[in-house]
Amino acid sequence: MMDAWDDYSEKVMDHYENPRNVGIVEKANGTGVVGNPACGDVMKLTIRVENDIIVDAKFKTFGCGAAIATSSMVTEMVKGKSLADALEISNRGVMEALGGLPKVKRHCSVLAEEALKAAIADYEKNRRDISPAA
Amino acid sequence: MNLIYMDHHATTPLDAEVLAAMMPALTSEYGNPSSNTHAYGHAARYMVDSARAQVAQLVGAPRPDDIIFTSGATEADNLALKGIAHAKDYMPARNIVTLAIEHKAVLDAARRLQKENVEIRFAAIDPYGVVDLDDLAAKIDKNTILISIQTANSEIGTIQPIREIGVIAKKHGVPFHTDAVQALGRYEIDVMRDHIDMLSISAHKMYGPKGIGALYVRRGLKLTPIIDGGGHERNMRSGTLNVPGIVGLGKAAEIAKRDLKSESERLLKLRNRLEDGILRRIEHVRINGHPTNRLPNNLNVAFAYVEGESLILACRGVALSSGSACTSTSLQSSYVLKAINVPDFLAHGSLRFGLGKSNSEEHVDIVLDLLEKGVRRLREMSPLYDMAKEGVSIESAHFSRHARGK
Ligand code: FES
Repeated sequence: MMDAWDDYSEKVMDHYENPRNVGIVEKANGTGVVGNPACGDVMKLTIRVENDIIVDAKFKTFGCGAAIATSSMVTEMVKGKSLADALEISNRGVMEALGGLPKVKRHCSVLAEEALKAAIADYEKNRRDISPAA
Repeated sequence: MNLIYMDHHATTPLDAEVLAAMMPALTSEYGNPSSNTHAYGHAARYMVDSARAQVAQLVGAPRPDDIIFTSGATEADNLALKGIAHAKDYMPARNIVTLAIEHKAVLDAARRLQKENVEIRFAAIDPYGVVDLDDLAAKIDKNTILISIQTANSEIGTIQPIREIGVIAKKHGVPFHTDAVQALGRYEIDVMRDHIDMLSISAHKMYGPKGIGALYVRRGLKLTPIIDGGGHERNMRSGTLNVPGIVGLGKAAEIAKRDLKSESERLLKLRNRLEDGILRRIEHVRINGHPTNRLPNNLNVAFAYVEGESLILACRGVALSSGSACTSTSLQSSYVLKAINVPDFLAHGSLRFGLGKSNSEEHVDIVLDLLEKGVRRLREMSPLYDMAKEGVSIESAHFSRHARGK
């Protein structure tokens, strides 16, 4: 018989069941908190950037299975990436990495992309505030 | 892979006794009850008549003829509202008084009638979803053609003061319709005692087949049919009768009446076990709906700081439903929870448990374990839980950015 699990790929369910990088990065220097106006879900992404490389990323998400899985996936994808490369990550890319999402769940992956952008913007703002642009 | 079915408000499995009763009508007894020239027709007519009597008995209808068979409760609701409105379309002004938490079949039929200049008035409800009787009476005037108020709500289980509503309706001389789909077989109802003029019935919510229902219509009440044709069902619903379905509905009604007391007592015990277990084992939960005036098989609980779909996933193998926006294709959270002012973040984490015949204490205990574990795990992941622990009010929290739509 079908249940809610059947809507999702195995990869999505794996990331839902065993989410990677849950929590708050210690000594984070970038934080993005975004809300999803479509359904009201919230994601908080914290990153630690050193020499323009994202060395650590963790998430906390209040949302559906797809929101949790995309959050988990995005943290895996950004780790070790330069800021420039990380900014290239799109919700589409996250979805593809998860083996796709059901149509009604596509907007959930936007949460992950936006949280990443917000965290990077926050990092850049922090940097400017500490050492004003030369 | 559902092992435990706890969504009996959505539908119920077909009772084996009901299926057995239907078998002749599905096989050898295939006559059309309208054929009165041969034995096939007579046999079918006899089966339909017995079923009509069984349904009449379940709701306390004085005559079997007061039961009009329909394709289900959606049609019955549509017939009740549109049938009255169209029968009274000579009136210069018409209004219907109902509730914002009614079933969609009532609300959408009402919305359609608005286009025909029928005014729709919503009587006030309290935070449990119970109608405010004073406001109801105040909403009625000489142009009120119908009061339509459900017996019990399918999401939060709240039972309305049906008899008091019936008395008010009678005093004002306004017909009273109630959608009793969720209540039948779980709560005693009697159209004479409760002054009900029309009552909607569905077979598949009480272990009968899908695709069949009925509308009780008090003798003397005039309805304009919404389906025209051969003039079946006292001219109120044309169409060759669905004999197997009708036989199934009749049998389901007979069993519902027979088992009403024992089954509702059993369900109440199970529900209380589930409710007590949740309240004892899980923090930050809130019961949606009335604490006591509630269907014995219903429990609707908000688990704060977690989202409903992810919690359903955590209860793998259990069939449940949620008021969360994330489980609906429209991405809207439950309109019923909204109407009783459940804040969005709580509606989001609301699950509906609908217990039924197949459920046992063991099922309840399995679900309790899954819930406890699932809620703990999801709260560890929840930014809202952190905010709450830090004392940030969630409803006023601002996010640094809002994700765009799709
Ligand atoms: S986050 Fe709400 S539907 Fe996915």
